[in-house]
Amino acid sequence: MSAIMTVEDLRVSFATEDGVVKAVDGVSFELAAGEVLAIVGESGCGKSVTAQTLTGLTRASNARITGSVNYRGREINGLTDNQLRDVRGEQIAMVFQDPMCALNPVYRVGDQITEMIRAHRDVSKKEAKAKAIELLRSVGIPNADRRVRLYPHEFSGGMRQRVMIAMALALEPDVLIADEPTTALDVTIQAQILQLIDRLNRERDLAVIIITHDLGVVAEIADRVLVMYAGQVVEDATLDEIFYEPKHPYTWGLLGSLARLDQPRTTRLTQISGAPPSLLAPPAGCRFAPRCSHVFDKCTELPPLEARTGGTHLDRCWLDPDIKAHRGSERVAHHG
Amino acid sequence: MVSPIDSLEAPGEPPIPTGVPVAQIQGRSPWYLAWLRLRRNKVALVCAAVFVLIVLFCLAAPLWAEHVAHTGPNENHITDTVMIDGQETDVVAPDGTPLGPGLHGKFLLGADQNGRDVMVRLMYGGRTSIYVGLAAALVTTILAVIVALLAGYYRGWIDAVLSRTMDIIWAFPVLLLGIALGTTLSIGGLKAGPIQIAGDSLWIPILIIGLVYVPYVARPIRGEILALREKEFIEAAVAQGKGPLRIMFSELMPNIVSTVVVFFTLNIANNMLLESALSFLGAGVRPPNASWGTMISDGYQVIFTAPHLTVVPGLMIVATVLSLNVFGDGLRDAMDPRAKIRLEH
Amino acid sequence: MARFVARRLLGMTAVLFAISVIVFLIFNVIPNSDPAARIAGKNADPALIARVNADLGLDKPLPVQYLTMMKQIFTGQLTSYAKDRNVVQQIWEGVPATFSLCIGAAVLWMSLAILFGYLSAVHAGRFADRALTILSLVGISMPVFWLAAMLLYFLSFKVELFPTGSYVPLTESPGDWAYHLILPWFTLAVLFVGIYSRVLRSNMLDAMNEDYVRTARAKGLSERQVRIRHVLRNSMIPVITLFGLDFGMVVGGGAILTETVYNLDGVGLYAGEAIRSLDLPPLMAVVMFGAFFIVFFNTIVDILYAVLDPRIRLGEAAPA
Repeated sequence: MSAIMTVEDLRVSFATEDGVVKAVDGVSFELAAGEVLAIVGESGCGKSVTAQTLTGLTRASNARITGSVNYRGREINGLTDNQLRDVRGEQIAMVFQDPMCALNPVYRVGDQITEMIRAHRDVSKKEAKAKAIELLRSVGIPNADRRVRLYPHEFSGGMRQRVMIAMALALEPDVLIADEPTTALDVTIQAQILQLIDRLNRERDLAVIIITHDLGVVAEIADRVLVMYAGQVVEDATLDEIFYEPKHPYTWGLLGSLARLDQPRTTRLTQISGAPPSLLAPPAGCRFAPRCSHVFDKCTELPPLEARTGGTHLDRCWLDPDIKAHRGSERVAHHG
Repeated sequence: MVSPIDSLEAPGEPPIPTGVPVAQIQGRSPWYLAWLRLRRNKVALVCAAVFVLIVLFCLAAPLWAEHVAHTGPNENHITDTVMIDGQETDVVAPDGTPLGPGLHGKFLLGADQNGRDVMVRLMYGGRTSIYVGLAAALVTTILAVIVALLAGYYRGWIDAVLSRTMDIIWAFPVLLLGIALGTTLSIGGLKAGPIQIAGDSLWIPILIIGLVYVPYVARPIRGEILALREKEFIEAAVAQGKGPLRIMFSELMPNIVSTVVVFFTLNIANNMLLESALSFLGAGVRPPNASWGTMISDGYQVIFTAPHLTVVPGLMIVATVLSLNVFGDGLRDAMDPRAKIRLEH
Repeated sequence: MARFVARRLLGMTAVLFAISVIVFLIFNVIPNSDPAARIAGKNADPALIARVNADLGLDKPLPVQYLTMMKQIFTGQLTSYAKDRNVVQQIWEGVPATFSLCIGAAVLWMSLAILFGYLSAVHAGRFADRALTILSLVGISMPVFWLAAMLLYFLSFKVELFPTGSYVPLTESPGDWAYHLILPWFTLAVLFVGIYSRVLRSNMLDAMNEDYVRTARAKGLSERQVRIRHVLRNSMIPVITLFGLDFGMVVGGGAILTETVYNLDGVGLYAGEAIRSLDLPPLMAVVMFGAFFIVFFNTIVDILYAVLDPRIRLGEAAPA
C-alpha cells in the first residue's frame, strides 16, 4: 500500500513570555491508504499539536511551523485557509476530543452537518438533510430522522461523538484524524466508538490517524504505532512489533506500567521515574536520558530516528540492538 | 503550561536532572508579572502620567489664582477692564459677550458672562470634579467589596437579600436614579439619625454617585468570591479555626485586589461623567460649588457667542476620562493572565 | 417555553412593585420638608397646599399615601401643581419624540457597532483595530451633552449644515423629521458604538478560540463563513442582552441629556425642566415610567435570549 500522506521534519514552536516552546520538534512519518496509525504519548508530548497542524489548524499568532506535510503529492503545510478548503473535510476530516465543545451549541446537529455538505457540494437543502439523516444512521444513531433536529446538548456524550464522526464522514474523506476521540467518554462507550472507527476503516478503506495516551485504545484498532516523547517520535513500528518487540526504553516503561489481567494481584505497577523535560530548553542529547535506567555515555548525543534492526521498525535509541531485543521481550515476558 | 519541575522526588532517590538548571528558576509573584506587563504598555503609562498632571494642574489652583490671575473663582469682574496688548478691553462687552481666550495672565481662557476668570474656575472646578469622582469611587468600592464579601462568603439568605437589593438598585437607570436622589436630597439635605448633611454639600452628589454604581461593581466581585470560596485554601483556613472576618481579610481580599483596582480606576472615569451630567442638569453639584459640569451648563447658555465657555471644560473632562479609561484598560490587560500568550514570534 | 415566559413575567411584576415603592419612598420620605408644600411647588399659597394634601392624602399613613399616589399616576390624574398641568398627559405627548430619537439612534449604533466590532476582531492587533479602539475609547470618554453642544455649535451654527434642534413630528414631514434628528441620533449613538464595538470585539476574540470554531474550519468552511456563521453568531448573544438593557435605559432616561441640548420635545426634556424647577410630581412619574420601561424591556430581552440560545430554553444553565 502506498503512502497517501508523508510528513517530514514537522516542527511547531510557540513564542511565550518565558521563551520559545518547541512543542513538535522534528516529527516524520508516513500514512498508507486504509491504514490505522496510532500516535501515542503522555500529555504534553506534542501529539495533539501534530494532529492539528497537519491540516493547518494550529493558528496561534505566536506559532511558527516548518516542515513538510505532503498529501497525495501536494504540499499542504503553509497553505492559506482558503487554499486548504478542498482538503479539509473533503479529503482529510477531523474528530476532536470533547464533542460538547467541538459542536456549536446554538445550531441543530442536522444543520451543522448540512452546512458542511453544502459548503462543498452543490445540493439542495432537502438533499443535504436526507444525506445527514443517512449519515447519522450509518454511525448507529437510532431515530436519526428525529434526532437530526436536536441540539448538541440534547445528546449523551457517546452519541455526540458519533455525530461528530458522522459529520466527519459526510464528504467521504480518505483520511480521518481522531484526536483523543474517546478520552472524554465512559469506558463502555469508548469501546463502542472504537468499534465504529474500526468498522469504518475496514468498510470504506478509510485511513485513520488516532491520537491517544491509552495503550488499550492502540491495541484495539491500530495497524502502526508512533510513540512520541518530548516533541519527537521515539519509536515507529507495527502494532505487533510495538507490543512484542519494543525497542525504546520509554516504550518499555509505557508497556511495563500497563495493568495486566495475568499479573499477580499484589504486583506494583512500574512507573517511569522523573518527569518529562521542559520543552523550553530540552536536554541536548537524548531527551529520555534523564529518566532512562539504561543511560550510557553515548546518550549525550541526540539519536536520530532510524531502523536499527532492519525492516520498517524505527527507533531513537543508541542501545545495542541485541540489548534491545533482549530487554524488550524480557519486559513483556516478565509480567506474563 | 510548561513548568520546569513538576514532580516531587521520592525520598532516598537521587536528584532528577531536568532540562533547566535549578538556579535559573525564579519565583515570580503574579504582582511582579503584572507590573512587568504594565511597564511594557507605554500608552497606558503615558495616560497615567496625563491624569497625574491634570490632578496637579487642578491642585495648583490657588497658586494660579493668586500669582497669575490675581482673582478668585467666584469673583465678578463684569464691569471691569483689563490691559491686553496695551489696550484697555472690557471683560464683558456691553452686549454681554465675554472676553475670549488669549495669551494674557489674567483671563488666560477668557471670561464667562459674569466676568469670572475661566482659567481659575477651570482649575477650581476641576478640583471639585476630580474630588467628587475619587470620593464617590471610594464609596462605591468600599460598599461593593463589603456587599460582595458578605454575600459571597455567607451565601444563603444574606446573599439573597443583598443580591435582590443590588438588582433593584440596578434596575433604575443610573442617570434617573441620580436625578431622583439628587433633586430630593438637595431639598433640605440628608438627615439620617446622627448623620446630617446640608443640601448643598458636596457629599450629597458623592454619596449618590457612589451608591448608584455599587451593583455594577459588587456583582462581578461577588462572582469571584463565590468561585474562590470553593477552593481548598478556604477550607484549610476554616479547618485552622480562622473566623469569618479573618478569612475575608486575609484569604479572600488579597485575591480580589487586582479586580478591585481595575474597577476603581474605571469607576473614577464613570463617576466624573455622571457628575458632569447631573451637574449639567442641575441635580449634581450645586452652587456655590462649581465643577466642570456646572461650567458647561453655564456656558451652554451663551454657546453661540462664547463657545469657549463650553468647549474648554468639556475638553478637560474628555482628557481626564480618556486617560483614566486607557490606563484602566492597560491595568486590566496587565492583570489578565491570558495576556501571557500574546507575543509575536 | 410557556413556563419560562410565565416565570419571567411573574418576576417582572415583583420587581415593578419594588420599584414603585422605592420611587415613592425617594420622593416622599427623603426630602426634608413639608411634603405638601414641596409638591405644591415654590410659589404655592396655603390654598394650593391644602388642595395637595387632600388630593394625595398626605396626612394619612404612608401605605395609604402610596396607594393614593399609585392610583393618581395610573389613572392619569397626577398633576404638576406648580405648572398646573397633567403630568401623565405631558409624558404621553413626549413619547413620540423620545422614541424617534432612541430607536433611530439604536439602529445607527447597532449597525456601526457590529461593523466596527467585527472589523476590529478580524484585524486584531493591526492598524484598523488600533484605530477603531482609539475611536471607541474617545467616544466613551465624552460627556454626551457636551458632544451634543459641540456638534450643535460647529455643524449647525458655524457651518449651517444641520438645523439647530427642535423636533418635527414624523406625521408632519418625514424628511424634516429625519433631518432634524440626524445630529441627535449621531450624538446618542457615539457613546454606545464605543461600548458595543469593544464588547463585540472581545466576545469574538474569545469565540475564535473555541473548539467549535476549530471544527468549523476543519469542516472546510471558508474563513468568511466561519467568522460570520460561527464566531459572530455566537458572539452576538450577549451583545443582544446588553442592547436590551441599554435601549431600555436610553428610553427610560438616558435621552434626557440629548433632548435637553437639542431641544426635542420628548419625555427627557420634560424631565429636565422639572429638575430645574424642582417640580417633583413630573419627576416622580418620569422616574417611575422610566424604570418600568426598563424592567419590562429587560424581561422581553430575557425571553429573546432564550429564543436565541437553545441551552437556556431547555432548562440548562447559561454558560458563563
